[in-house]
Amino acid sequence: MSMTDPAAAAPLLELRQVSRRFGSAPDLAQRLAMAIGAAKPAPVVHALDAVDLSIRKGEVLGLVGESGCGKSTLGRIAAGILPPSEGAVLWKGEDRRKLKGRRLKEADLAAQMIFQNPMAALNPRMSVEALVAEAPQIHGMIAGARGAYVDGYLRKAGFDPAMKRRLPHQFSGGQRARVNIARALAVQPDFLVCDESVAALDVSIQAQILNLFMDLREALDLTYLFVSHDLGVVEHISDRVAIMYLGRVVEEAPVEEVFARPNHPYTRQLLAEVPRIRPGKRRFSAVKGELPSPLDPPPGCHFHPRCPLATARCRSEVPVIREVAPGHRAACHLNDARAA
Amino acid sequence: MTALLDVRGLVTAFPGPEGDLRAVDEVSFQLARGEVLGLVGESGSGKSVTGFSIMGLVDPPGRVAAGQILFDGADLAQADADTRRSLRGRRIAMVFQDPMMTLNPVLRIGTQMTEALHAHVQISRQEARARARDALGLVGIPSPEERLDGYPHEFSGGMRQRVAIAIALLHRPDLIIADEPTTALDVTIQAQILSEFQKLTEEQGTAVIWITHDLAIVSGLADRIAVMYGGRIVETGGIEEVLRAPRHPYTRGLIRSVPSENTRGTRLAQIPGVTPSLGRMPAGCAFRSRCGRADAACAARPGRFGSLGAYHRCFHPHEETLA
Ligand SMILES: Nc1ncnc2c1ncn2[C@@H]1O[C@H](COP(=O)(O)OP(=O)(O)OP(=O)(O)O)[C@@H](O)[C@H]1O
Ligand SMILES: Nc1ncnc2c1ncn2[C@@H]1O[C@H](COP(=O)(O)OP(=O)(O)O)[C@@H](O)[C@H]1O
Ligand code: SF4
Ligand code: SF4
Ligand SMILES: [Mg+2]
Ligand SMILES: [Mg+2]
Repeated sequence: MSMTDPAAAAPLLELRQVSRRFGSAPDLAQRLAMAIGAAKPAPVVHALDAVDLSIRKGEVLGLVGESGCGKSTLGRIAAGILPPSEGAVLWKGEDRRKLKGRRLKEADLAAQMIFQNPMAALNPRMSVEALVAEAPQIHGMIAGARGAYVDGYLRKAGFDPAMKRRLPHQFSGGQRARVNIARALAVQPDFLVCDESVAALDVSIQAQILNLFMDLREALDLTYLFVSHDLGVVEHISDRVAIMYLGRVVEEAPVEEVFARPNHPYTRQLLAEVPRIRPGKRRFSAVKGELPSPLDPPPGCHFHPRCPLATARCRSEVPVIREVAPGHRAACHLNDARAA
Repeated sequence: MTALLDVRGLVTAFPGPEGDLRAVDEVSFQLARGEVLGLVGESGSGKSVTGFSIMGLVDPPGRVAAGQILFDGADLAQADADTRRSLRGRRIAMVFQDPMMTLNPVLRIGTQMTEALHAHVQISRQEARARARDALGLVGIPSPEERLDGYPHEFSGGMRQRVAIAIALLHRPDLIIADEPTTALDVTIQAQILSEFQKLTEEQGTAVIWITHDLAIVSGLADRIAVMYGGRIVETGGIEEVLRAPRHPYTRGLIRSVPSENTRGTRLAQIPGVTPSLGRMPAGCAFRSRCGRADAACAARPGRFGSLGAYHRCFHPHEETLA
């Protein structure tokens, strides 16, 4: 890699201060009503709040956090299927908003998402063959016979092409997961966003699909953003891990580092509760403090109502994420005290 | 051991196009007071139907076709509908994977809980409300008094599950069957609910059947484990012994396929193939189509090898401990 070429040195994907809000934008009448105090604005969810994150070519970045913390929202923005409300998404060093024509189409195809619920993602009336062929056909990627093209990708995903004329509901959860993967691979992406792609599967099938993801990474030189609430899965597959809490990335580090030296109090609580197969009963512990609502997140550090180490400063000032060790970033005021 | 629950040779069948399909096939296990049994297996292996059979809630035309369900000495499989109804909720309760199977969306939480109480005991409305409030407090719902007036949709998923658990606890039942109640929850909320169950078993002697496909939860929570495949218990025993030295190839495969800190960067051990549907299970040992140790002997149906409390069903069991 030559250092004179900035595009080669840039991460594959970079999010800069990306925020995403959900909630209806008020129309003129509503704005007038609000101006005279006759109406309140509709509640707004800050699904993502000024997130900085980069993904290097060839790595697997695991993304974890509680339900509703914004993982899928971040995944959709990374895959280019949801625009951010604020901030920039850089694909190979270029701002996605400035991409046009062929470059935009290439960027769109290069990032693919594998969704949370494999059944909902597949049109129930289309055969497996039609499902896998759909996108590459539209984009003129199939040079020879459609059948051969589809068979190749089905085989890569570990699905027997002999069954390709059947409909999605005729398959098990694991087989549908494979169809979904073949469909994403068929447009020859560089980058896959896997959103809880193994969550609905039994452990034995989950192991098959996780192995498939690892094989494909080798064979096709893929980069992954791997969203999961299962820390065992994340630990197994990731090179680096980002932890989210209520719309913010609170910690980010290489996988061994996060599990060996978690910095953020939330990460530490999370890791303490990971169930592991170990002989001997253990004590499970109760959640301390109230669980916050994303509609009305606590001020300052979002985690303060549950944090055993919170101080007055935590209740008013948002901690900024910064490096605590090489390649290890965390957002907690305690790190200032340690540095001082 | 005088068992609180003693299930013997339970068969639960659903009529299929080519005759009865046995969703639960000669299942036997015992459970003492204060004990937690982890019931594990892949989806479709018969875990929920086992729970429904004990509760007397099998969907017709499905039925308990054979066996005994001895609860505190009385056979529930033979009991009439009234007897079963009077036990349900009061002495045996079930927590479902989906809390909305327990909760009515249009009724206030407090109303649902006091109705559940009045179904079995004659107490004043104030007393019922006080007991409902205490039960919510017990499962860690903050400000339980105010929450009684809320509706289910005002609660997050984890809180709804805790309310369903609170309802199961109302009558301090002797036995709770918990069907994957934490599968959809985050680890912190899951730990909270597991801690409530631990308290119950220790302080009130409640016996628990914890149904799950998550071996890691079972390893920290259960005293004993029963592993199901194709409607049968293929291995059961003390949790430590089974996890340390699983005898049945399926149990071993399950344990080894779980990702963890030890598997990072390596390929996971995988059980080949998929579970056949009920009607397509091979004759003899049902695991035969996926088992690396299968041979001609496995075309016969393996019986129980071992005692009632610790047995496996395999002709070629593993002897060595897991690395
Ligand atoms: N289309 C939408 N409209 C309104 N709110 C939304 C929308 N999509 C997401 N949200 C809200 O944004 C927040 C983050 O949602 P997101 O789906 O990213 O969570 P998640 O971390 O993926 O959760 P889970 O683990 O349950 O999948 C939540 O509060 C959610 O309710
Ligand atoms: N109401 C029903 N009618 C017909 N078959 C059923 C019914 N309920 C469950 N089964 C079948 O019984 C078997 C065991 O199901 P279940 O106990 O729900 O599995 P698990 O809880 O282990 O995932 C499955 O093959 C399932 O399809
Ligand atoms: S900033 Fe304060 S409240 Fe937030 S995690 Fe750190 S110590 Fe806890
Ligand atoms: S009985 Fe035979 S087929 Fe069944 S688990 Fe044992 S070795 Fe495998
Ligand atoms: Mg999601
Ligand atoms: Mg079930």
